[in-house]
Amino acid sequence: MTDFTQLGVKQIRDGVAGGDFTAREVAEAFNAAVAEAAELNAFIVTTPDHALAAADATDAKRAKGEELGKMGGVPIGMKDLFATKGVQTTAASHILEGFEPEYESTVSQNLWDAGAGMLGKLNLDQFAMGSSNETSYFGNVNSPWKKDGTNAAMSPGGSSGGSSSAVAARIAPAATGTDTGGSIRQPAAFTGICGIKPTYGRCSRWGVVAFASSLDQAGPMARSVEDCAIMLEAMAGFDPKDATSLDMPVPNWEAALSADLKGKKVGIPREYRMDGTDEEILKSWEQGKEWLRDAGAEIVDVSLPHTKYALPAYYIVAPAEASSNLARYDGVRYGLRELPEGAGLQDMYAATRAAGFGDEVKRRILIGTYVLSAGFYDAYYTQAQKIRTLVARDFEQGFTQCDVILAPTTPTASFPLGSLNEDPLTMYLNDVFAVPASLAGLPAMSVPAMLNSDGLPLGLQLVGKPFDEQGVLNAGLAIQNRANFNAQPEKWW
Amino acid sequence: MVSTYRIQGATGEWEVVIGLEVHAQVTSNAKLFSGASTAFGAEPNTQVSLVDAAMPGMLPVPNRECIRQAVRTGMAIEAQINKWSRFDRKNYFYADLPQGYQISQLYHPLVGEGSLLIEADEKAGIPEDKVIGIERIHVEQDAGKLMHDQHPTMSYVDLNRVGIALMEIVSKPDMRSPAEAGAYVRKLRSILRYVGSCDGNMEEGSMRADVNVSVRRPGEEFGTRTETKNVNSVRFVMQVIEYEANRQVDVIENGGTVDQETRLFDPNTGTTRTMRSKEDAHDYRYFPDPDLLPLELEDSFLEECRASLPELPDAKRTRYENDLGLTPYNARELTAEVETFARFETLLAETAKQIGKPEAKVATQVANWALSVAPGVLKSLGDEADPANATAEAQAKILAMQDKGDISGGQAKEIYEIVLKTGGDPETIADEKGLKQVSDTGAIEAAIDAIIAANGDKVDEYRGGKDKLFGFFVGQTMKAMQGKANPAVVNQILKDKLDG
Amino acid sequence: MSVTREEVAKIASLARIRMADAELDRMVPELNGILDWVEQLGEVDTAGVEPMTAVIPNTLRLRDDVVDADPHTAGGRRDDVLANAPAAEHGFFGVPKVIE
Ligand SMILES: [Mg+2]
Ligand SMILES: [Zn+2]
Repeated sequence: MTDFTQLGVKQIRDGVAGGDFTAREVAEAFNAAVAEAAELNAFIVTTPDHALAAADATDAKRAKGEELGKMGGVPIGMKDLFATKGVQTTAASHILEGFEPEYESTVSQNLWDAGAGMLGKLNLDQFAMGSSNETSYFGNVNSPWKKDGTNAAMSPGGSSGGSSSAVAARIAPAATGTDTGGSIRQPAAFTGICGIKPTYGRCSRWGVVAFASSLDQAGPMARSVEDCAIMLEAMAGFDPKDATSLDMPVPNWEAALSADLKGKKVGIPREYRMDGTDEEILKSWEQGKEWLRDAGAEIVDVSLPHTKYALPAYYIVAPAEASSNLARYDGVRYGLRELPEGAGLQDMYAATRAAGFGDEVKRRILIGTYVLSAGFYDAYYTQAQKIRTLVARDFEQGFTQCDVILAPTTPTASFPLGSLNEDPLTMYLNDVFAVPASLAGLPAMSVPAMLNSDGLPLGLQLVGKPFDEQGVLNAGLAIQNRANFNAQPEKWW
Repeated sequence: MVSTYRIQGATGEWEVVIGLEVHAQVTSNAKLFSGASTAFGAEPNTQVSLVDAAMPGMLPVPNRECIRQAVRTGMAIEAQINKWSRFDRKNYFYADLPQGYQISQLYHPLVGEGSLLIEADEKAGIPEDKVIGIERIHVEQDAGKLMHDQHPTMSYVDLNRVGIALMEIVSKPDMRSPAEAGAYVRKLRSILRYVGSCDGNMEEGSMRADVNVSVRRPGEEFGTRTETKNVNSVRFVMQVIEYEANRQVDVIENGGTVDQETRLFDPNTGTTRTMRSKEDAHDYRYFPDPDLLPLELEDSFLEECRASLPELPDAKRTRYENDLGLTPYNARELTAEVETFARFETLLAETAKQIGKPEAKVATQVANWALSVAPGVLKSLGDEADPANATAEAQAKILAMQDKGDISGGQAKEIYEIVLKTGGDPETIADEKGLKQVSDTGAIEAAIDAIIAANGDKVDEYRGGKDKLFGFFVGQTMKAMQGKANPAVVNQILKDKLDG
Repeated sequence: MSVTREEVAKIASLARIRMADAELDRMVPELNGILDWVEQLGEVDTAGVEPMTAVIPNTLRLRDDVVDADPHTAGGRRDDVLANAPAAEHGFFGVPKVIE
């Protein structure tokens, strides 16, 4: 008998379409796997009925000989940053606990329209602020991976850590993620799966709880490049409700996948060779070059001189936008309300927000408030936005010499939960390689490369030109075909 | 010439310096960033979209018509239109502001510098025409409404108004008296209504002014200003200025300093007071709204905006004076309000058509009718009049009969009275009620011959140089004709016979 | 540049986040650590560089002036709008009484 939980998006879709098995069988298998995996804490709420209903709808369509959709019969996990109608949507915060939207985000609706079903709402760093999944109000998410010979709980990365954990643990074949400064790619790298952040504007932000509007992008997280291509096609598309949405047709990425890189140039940004980068990460990068050369690509040296400044610029721009985006959580229209005895309106705001936001969220709101406040705006915010222009220009320059850029996704492999908590800055450095592409709005993907000597996955990152998700996916496929990464965490939950 | 308005303080004279920020609700069907309706007076929270309520993940998409209206308004005040502008967020916490920020434009407004002319009004203390500078017009979201008197411990929040587009029209501190400020608001309102970008309905809050007032010794540096928020009538704007100017003079003369602060006007007492809720809201942390890209306007869009502009008050007034030969007073009165000029122009066209003369030849007659005769009759009738009977066609007929000499001015009024009360065709009314004057020279000549024959002594006196007696003969003739003789014909025949 | 405890308290108040003394004490060095680190941006010569406005070349699209064209952004859904409100009465949101 098939173990359905071992199947990916493409296999499930094709198997259901071909009548090898029913969507209901698949949904039941994953629902059971989810129910068994409470120890991972990957889900905030589970929605087995939603998954079954979608599966039944797909099976019924098949019986009638109708089109099943790009994701027909595939149950997925939904990051709890996407508003889902009638299903609690929290952004992993106390302030939104119990909030049941009367609307469905465009991206999740697109997925349902494509035939997908929902296994549940996935845990994340609170308001997507974090790189380890330790800032959720609903508890840390555990990675299914363990460091060889230890039993310490490991970080699945963040902020899409519920997504990465669930996909790596085979309790979901795929999941949605969002990436503001690495939140799809870093957790994908930590857990040995694939994840792509498309060009800014490809996926609608409508109905996605905002963290930093000019950076936020949704994307798929799955176990293969093909699965990412399929799911991204389902998620993406022009949305007139999002003024920053790209008014362009969605390419047929799956159909155009090709691991043949003949005639392509792959750029290696010399500034990514940073102090403190793990030796094994550098080794995996070298290996990546070899694989791409083997696929027919020419490897060229490129320079992205402002790389060093990307992360600090990000830590001005993102908190600034967040401080404003999160002002709506005030206890008036939805979510938590704290009303101390005798409190006036402004006291209610302050009490509600004190009780409803976690420490990291508060920290970023304060930073953002400070850098925008009178007298500091130009020195911080304007300067950071100018540096953002320079970072984007670096890429523009770089892409005159190459078609796609190869870099490590993260400076280290996963770490034990709780090990980086003393200083927020060391945590921020996790995203040093991921953030530049975010600042420039470029498509970027992480694909698993190998296990390190501790038995933990390492990922490689591909960054493409604007709108060139295909180039990124193809280079990713070339790596995937050569890395043959098929390691799985041992089931301990 | 400068305004001579002064506050007489204990220590001497003070000049008042006034700038106005007028918030004008843009005439549009849907809100600035959502599809919810802008209609006034709906049940609470029924015209609120998920976007307006700032639900998590909701995003703004701008309404083209709101941008278009602001651009047309800018063009109407001959302002710089910025082809590249941006929306910024103004951050503060208040219950009428669901997002926790207002989407506005600080750094790159849609409309830059322009100007507006206020006309001399001796009586109001505006000795001559004055140009008031306009700093900018930017587009922004309106806020919701709070109701404080419905519940003992709670305020109620209605978000229907949230997100309706506003134009904030910021003047330069160029006004120097309550009268100038009043004239500015009236003129601005008139322009907005001409353009059709705002209905100008101050009672419904479609136009509200933030009144910035400071005082100084004439000719010295500007003093510290206060801003009194949301003043919603011309009279209140003037009251705020009077009150604030006097209050500030008192404060300074008593050794104090004026605080730069936001104040609230109380229409019941005519006074202003510090606005508690805005106390620490000064740090608005403006930054470009990351949900919105820069707004770039194309030439074709701007051309359409310009082409759609109507003739504006100043141009119309000049044309009325120069081309129609109206007095400056009449021209100003007729062009002040959209309804007034619209009615006048319809009547003028109809009258010219019926009389068969060019408009310029009948304009003065029509203007006098429209401004004084017709309103006089209407007013005297009170409830008896049905304004629906006051069609342009009927009025033009009356004016045409008068022009031909068929009826006198008095008869015109009488006929119009009947028209207003009962409707009907003025010519039929004139015939049936005998409201016509006699122009038949035979009948008049006969009457005059009889009078001359009966008053030989007076004829001699007149011919001896007592010109004043002419009036006596007119009176006698009119009496003999029972008041129905055409005075012009009477005059002519009398002149011929007496002088001849 | 570094922030004092008083400044952090002021920022927290501006951001409407109530903070106990102990929390403030913790926050001050953390914020200073982050601010010291972002300070390095000052090294970059950005003379003549325009701040980023649109990350991907794209222009602002405008909506037609049609009421309730798309149900997702339409009015006329009071029940939905009030559905999650902590205090809703007679069709209004309720907040502690405000004195203006
Ligand atoms: Mg103002
Ligand atoms: Zn304003």
